[in-house]
Amino acid sequence: MTKHDVKNNDKTKPGLGRRAVLATGVTGALAIPFLARGAGNVLRIGVPTVLSGPIALLGTSSRNALLLEADRINAASGLAGRKIELVFEDGKAQPQETARVARELVNTGGCELLIDATPSSGAFAVQEVVRDLGVLCIHTCSETSSLTADPKLRAPTAFRCARQGVHDSIAGGAYLAQFANAHKFNKWATCSPDYAYGRDTTAQFLDFFRHFKPDIELVTQAWPKLGQPDFTEVITKLIQARPQALFTLLYAGDLSAFINQGNVYALFKAMTVCTPNVDYPVLSAIKNIPDGIQSGTRYFEEFPPLPANKAWSEAYRKRFGQYPTNWAWQNAAAMMFLEAAAKKAGTSDGKTLVGVLSGLTIDCPFGTNGKITMREDHTIIDYAIGWGRTIAKPPYIADIKPADWGQIIELETAWKKQLGYI
Amino acid sequence: MDLGALVACFASPACVVTQASSGLIVGLLLFLVAAGLTLIFGVLKIVNFAHGTFYMLGAYIAYSVLQATNSYGLAVLAAAAAMAVFGVAFERFLIARVYGGNVLMQLLICYAVVLIFDDLVKLVWGADFHAMGMPEAFQRAPIFIAGGVVPPFYAGLIVLSLCLAALLGLGLGFTRMGKIITAAAQNPQMVAALGINTTALFALVFGLGGGLAGLAGALAAPVRSLSPGMGFSILIESFIITVIGGMGSIAGALLTAIGYGLLRGFGTIGFPLFTDELIYAAMILVLLLRPSGLFGREIV
Repeated sequence: MTKHDVKNNDKTKPGLGRRAVLATGVTGALAIPFLARGAGNVLRIGVPTVLSGPIALLGTSSRNALLLEADRINAASGLAGRKIELVFEDGKAQPQETARVARELVNTGGCELLIDATPSSGAFAVQEVVRDLGVLCIHTCSETSSLTADPKLRAPTAFRCARQGVHDSIAGGAYLAQFANAHKFNKWATCSPDYAYGRDTTAQFLDFFRHFKPDIELVTQAWPKLGQPDFTEVITKLIQARPQALFTLLYAGDLSAFINQGNVYALFKAMTVCTPNVDYPVLSAIKNIPDGIQSGTRYFEEFPPLPANKAWSEAYRKRFGQYPTNWAWQNAAAMMFLEAAAKKAGTSDGKTLVGVLSGLTIDCPFGTNGKITMREDHTIIDYAIGWGRTIAKPPYIADIKPADWGQIIELETAWKKQLGYI
Repeated sequence: MDLGALVACFASPACVVTQASSGLIVGLLLFLVAAGLTLIFGVLKIVNFAHGTFYMLGAYIAYSVLQATNSYGLAVLAAAAAMAVFGVAFERFLIARVYGGNVLMQLLICYAVVLIFDDLVKLVWGADFHAMGMPEAFQRAPIFIAGGVVPPFYAGLIVLSLCLAALLGLGLGFTRMGKIITAAAQNPQMVAALGINTTALFALVFGLGGGLAGLAGALAAPVRSLSPGMGFSILIESFIITVIGGMGSIAGALLTAIGYGLLRGFGTIGFPLFTDELIYAAMILVLLLRPSGLFGREIV
């Protein structure tokens, strides 16, 4: 029998024809999301994140925190009576892939809400998916200020429950200006990852640093790629420039590799390194952590010094066998916001929650005074920001000085006006 | 572009020493990976897209052996040996089945191996990054040559890599086995007709290539973050080296890798924003003007 025979025979056979099969398939495909949404009393929350590569720590610690909170909420009564089911997808830190998985989670995965646990490279792509689909989304890892600060980029149903570059820049600028004055450090260099977060936040940091200390001289800047395995040429370039201090926004595996490779060149003896991005797992993974890195707290179980904060960290450590990260608290706080909003609204409907979340203040162990507010511009304030210096052994950061939120908001407002955002 | 800074760097012995040594270390580590890749292509005509996996596994094995034994030397040897064995097994059980077959089939097999072993690494070591840390023997202050900084660990790596390059070159050029490999690269049928077991020879070449990649992974592990998928970026760079140097040419891989490293070392001072672009442009230029690569044999 030839191929042609088969084709002809199929045409004459009774039963499902090609059109019928096609129609059934299309109908089925269209029905899948609705069927999934209607399946029982489960609320599916889609989580595009990064679960591979050098910044997988971002995704794994986000996932841990979300699981911890989802189990706690489910053990009570769920979100407005509905059990939470988290659906994680790896966007592989690629914007296109992240946007694709975010769209699929909603369109075919039956997810009614999104928690976007991707860095800025993915978050801006997810933002456009959210704008298109109109689904409620909380970004939990993107720190690029413009994501919510710029009204042209802001999406009506998207929120950010994450620290913001502009806040860290103001807090870091104020702290480091005092530090630089005390040590007479005027020659500075920067080294940050070459994408939106690294470029924007470094520029912001320099603006605010100059606001507090106008006489700094920027001797060089380096922009390694995100996930770059070797920083050798960057490190030698920095050493050649002979700055007194270096500000860096490298993070996770990149920061670990930079510190290990910097140790080889005695970089930390040649200049004082300052970064807001030191996390517990980075500190514990690096075998030869240098003393005296000026560091932001990111997440620290001793800061804010609240029993609830310490208890949350202990619960996390007990379950996952490692310290929480900055991304962990941000994701946990996002779940706390959803929980509080659903309780207030009496529903888990995304569109209703959008209205409730805006301006909502919740009790939260990660807030400066035990509270965090989701401001009307869809971003959080009053979360703990502090700076201190690294020490080689746990708790790794000492002499923490809390940031002044009054000063942060005042300068942030001026910054927004300057850029025409308000 | 900051040509002023580049000129100032060339005028300063300290800057030249520091940037040249950093370029050499970047290039020579890359050479160890690219050498295996180019050797496998030269003899077997297989483009081994799974080569980065050998590098990744080498790094992870070294990490675990160091933790278990506290001996970095043993860790390096174990990683190289394990990857050599893995290379032989990979060739015998998978690649040997698609010799002379569709190139797409070879690509699919390599890609499948990459995905499977990336996930296996996640299962065994976890998805988070690991840092091996500098072995105690190398935790020493950098050496200063003409005011330039050269870390002792990197100086050791440079010497070791150059010795391996020399051994590889001499071994291929002057030993009986090397001559057989070189002959097999040119005419495998004729080598088989002379009664030489080409099946074992091909497995040996794959083992050698895998061992070199595993060695590179183990040597890089003290200063680089270990994460699933870490082999991918080094694979791209290794392909650039082999394409520019000429597929199948060890000398081409060595000189191109050193050139690549030096370009990165000095490029970061003179043209930091388009160092990568310059490297890709060089690759395109070579492909256009000399498709067989700078040191590759012209395909007639």
